[in-house]
Amino acid sequence: MAMDSGEIERLIKEAFPDAKVTIEDLAGDGDHYAAHVISEAFKGKSRVQQHQMVYKALQGRMGNQLHALALQTGVPA
Amino acid sequence: MSDNPAFEQIKKDVAENDVVLFMKGSPAFPQCGFSATVVQVLNHVGVKFKGVNVLESMELRQGVKEFSNWPTIPQLYVKGEFVGGCDIIREMFQTGELQTLLKEKGVDAAA
Repeated sequence: MAMDSGEIERLIKEAFPDAKVTIEDLAGDGDHYAAHVISEAFKGKSRVQQHQMVYKALQGRMGNQLHALALQTGVPA
Repeated sequence: MSDNPAFEQIKKDVAENDVVLFMKGSPAFPQCGFSATVVQVLNHVGVKFKGVNVLESMELRQGVKEFSNWPTIPQLYVKGEFVGGCDIIREMFQTGELQTLLKEKGVDAAA
């Protein structure tokens, strides 16, 4: 039950090619990460929608292989 | 939406209570750091809420994720509307958006 940060970044970038993604490993166990995702695709979307878009990009791993992902999303300044 | 039996229970809870927190454990004994964080925020804001322990039933634990199309627990509902999980509630609390939302929805918060 774990993922490596490279895979998380790859999946997010696949769904959001323009995204700026920074991933932080919170616990070193492959299960608890923080991710900061900046993309044009979030424009006009509520926070919940933005996070749901990222969870969709992770193709069902969220809550399964990946136990915790502290998410911060936004649009380019 | 699939006719998951847990949906009836969820719909009832969110309809009958202004603020509902589906969490792991109970408000007095949260069994997950993220659930505990949201309980602390709600207590700090001083709003009355119903805590629902999803660990009591696998059906409820999976059902609430389907119901809101949100993959993790905890999940906060205000006046029947899904507001967010731990990250969003903490961010909204820090920016004051949570307090504004509660006021707009006519939920009295002591703070």
